[in-house]
Amino acid sequence: MFEYAPAPESVRPQIKEHYGLFIGGEFVDAEHVFKSINPSTEEVLFTVAEASEADVARAVAAARKAQETVWGPMSGTERGKYLFRIARLLQEKAREFAVAESMDNGKPIKETRDFDVPTAAQHFFYHAGWADKLAYAGLGADPKPLGVVGQVIPWNFPLLMLAWKIAPALACGNTVVLKPAETTPLTALMFAELCQEADLPPGVVNILTGAGTTGSALVDSAVDKVAFTGSTAVGRAIAKAVAGSKKKVTLELGGKAANIVFDDAPIDQAVEGIVNGIFFNQGHVCCAGSRLLVQESVAEEVLARLKERVSLLRVGDPLDKNTDVGAINSAEQLERITALTEAGRGEGAEVWQPACDLPENGFWFRPTVFTGVQQSMRIAQEEIFGPVLSVLTFRTPDEAIAKANNTPYGLSAGVWTEKGSKILWAAERLRAGVVWANTFNQFDAASPFGGLKESGYGREGGRQGLEAYLDV
Amino acid sequence: MGSILSGAEAASLVRALPGVDAVGLEARAAGLSTRSVKTTSKAWAIDLAISMIDLTTLEGADTPGKVRSLAAKALRPDGDAPSTAAVCVYPSMVAVAKEALAGSGVLVASVATGFPAGQVPLDVRLADTESAVRAGADEIDMVINRGAFLAGDLERVFHEIKAVKAAAGDARLKVILETGELATYDDVRRASWLAMYAGADFIKTSTGKVGVNATLPVTLLMMQAVRDYRALTGVQVGVKPAGGIRNTKDAIKYLVTVNETLGDDWLRNEWFRFGASSLLNDLLMQRQKLKTGHYSGPDYVTVD
Repeated sequence: MFEYAPAPESVRPQIKEHYGLFIGGEFVDAEHVFKSINPSTEEVLFTVAEASEADVARAVAAARKAQETVWGPMSGTERGKYLFRIARLLQEKAREFAVAESMDNGKPIKETRDFDVPTAAQHFFYHAGWADKLAYAGLGADPKPLGVVGQVIPWNFPLLMLAWKIAPALACGNTVVLKPAETTPLTALMFAELCQEADLPPGVVNILTGAGTTGSALVDSAVDKVAFTGSTAVGRAIAKAVAGSKKKVTLELGGKAANIVFDDAPIDQAVEGIVNGIFFNQGHVCCAGSRLLVQESVAEEVLARLKERVSLLRVGDPLDKNTDVGAINSAEQLERITALTEAGRGEGAEVWQPACDLPENGFWFRPTVFTGVQQSMRIAQEEIFGPVLSVLTFRTPDEAIAKANNTPYGLSAGVWTEKGSKILWAAERLRAGVVWANTFNQFDAASPFGGLKESGYGREGGRQGLEAYLDV
Repeated sequence: MGSILSGAEAASLVRALPGVDAVGLEARAAGLSTRSVKTTSKAWAIDLAISMIDLTTLEGADTPGKVRSLAAKALRPDGDAPSTAAVCVYPSMVAVAKEALAGSGVLVASVATGFPAGQVPLDVRLADTESAVRAGADEIDMVINRGAFLAGDLERVFHEIKAVKAAAGDARLKVILETGELATYDDVRRASWLAMYAGADFIKTSTGKVGVNATLPVTLLMMQAVRDYRALTGVQVGVKPAGGIRNTKDAIKYLVTVNETLGDDWLRNEWFRFGASSLLNDLLMQRQKLKTGHYSGPDYVTVD
């Protein structure tokens, strides 16, 4: 037996005991505090201030002042220099950020090290390049910033979602007030420290920690635009709150993506894509390939190989470099995954899980594959946001498209076939913001990302993503 | 085991194999390369890798003295390190190697069939094989007729492998696909299956004599082929990457790939080999480093 000895990451970031709110370039305290825990051990990592409505108003005022006096008037070239500096600092501190993200979120170090942090840095590099070229983005001769942007981000990719939000906003000349998720504020606060180190003018970036009430106070505050990534329910509430105001809004919400495997697919690679599609980041991915639609003629073979492959996934200590699947982010999320999985069993789907030991403490869920899933079941309709795959079969290409589109969501989809014409045929018919062909969960700063239907509106990344932060 | 298929049947089965997605295959290989193998696992993997080496010399300048020196190194690489699996030489050196290794468990492998190009008439390739076996070779490393393969004459390649298999008798047959010349992953998959249908005991990537030799994605693809072949036929076939694997880190990546593609059944030198020469000394230096805690150097392992 080739057993891999524990390979723990040795770098330990300097995590402070307590973090304040980052307003106007300084950390300030607040009346209330809350704890942030490590979901893989349930140990308290640090305490953090909870921003009140008054704190939100102060942060927005600081952002307003910075936008009007410093950041807005600054030339694009100069703004670009700051963004390049931030990107380089992120690269320099990559290992520290990767470990911190893993500890605060529960995701494996392999992913934070090889995906989250490098991709976040790439977003800053990419948008740094745009800062002095906005006139060439096809959005008018001299596009202007919106002003102050309120941004609320989720817990599944804390640093990366921060980068997706802050990099384009700053490149376009806006200033930001950003609220990270209450369970994962650490890397946003470390990013605030990094902004200090980069000598970013005070007030350009403000970070307010807190829960839902802080978020809604931010949405209701005197910002010019709200950008949100998270659940469809909260997205709907935000859309209502800003309706009738001058505030612009972009929303990136839930998904229930179909990953379609045709009978002429490269099977071994499709299996890799299915695994990456649903078990990457414990399935805490809005564009996760949570519904596998596989052609009946190859279903048996695909499932046999899939189970073999899933059995190899190493679930456990997120800081072990060989861990493939880490901890579920919170007790609340674990409860939701468990409840939906029970619903799947109750509705008659067949459940399969690999035999693997789970750590005693922390929040854990075994990779799960449901077969015999019908379109009418909850596990085929509702977003589980966990390592749970629902497998459905289809007989003809038309049926695959019909089933794939039969969801209120429309964020992403995957198509697996060796035939180029079939890829194009399917991509034309799939109602999803992103369609991946013979791959899944690929992201690039130059490629716009966003949804249709209840998955939200607006795009992030690429030339198209700039439109969300410019007055055009 | 002899093949029960006709050449036409084998050729049509091979032509019907599904394609390989190059991006996905390379991504999987890259993913496997990130496994971190440390401390006790590393020590275990190093010894396993040493025991899987076909210690090779294939030069025009090979002499009996050079081959004896290599055989001595294969038998006792360093202190309590395990012996290598085999030494691999040209047919003219088989008798020398056989004598030097007599009574040990270390096997003698001989390249044959007009190695490395294989561009000689079939009767010469068969005679080459027979003479190596007569001289005592335990294993024959043959090359396939890439010209015929690329020209689409799969039946001819199939029959030639079958003929060499017959000429090799009891010696185990390793079939070198020369993947660097086949160039595409689709053709590597087809050649792997064709060789197995024709009775290969091992499929091997390369001669080590062309620009591109063993790569991890190619070897992963060949591992998937032997895995699927056993599932279909019940027959287990070995895999041998050769050429270009020079250090411990790379060797461990291959072993991780065996572990997570084929599992325990292939993690023995009966079913997995490294065709290499300079790899052994790097493994020995890493072995010394693990034992003593400080870095070794080239003068602390023997030249061969």
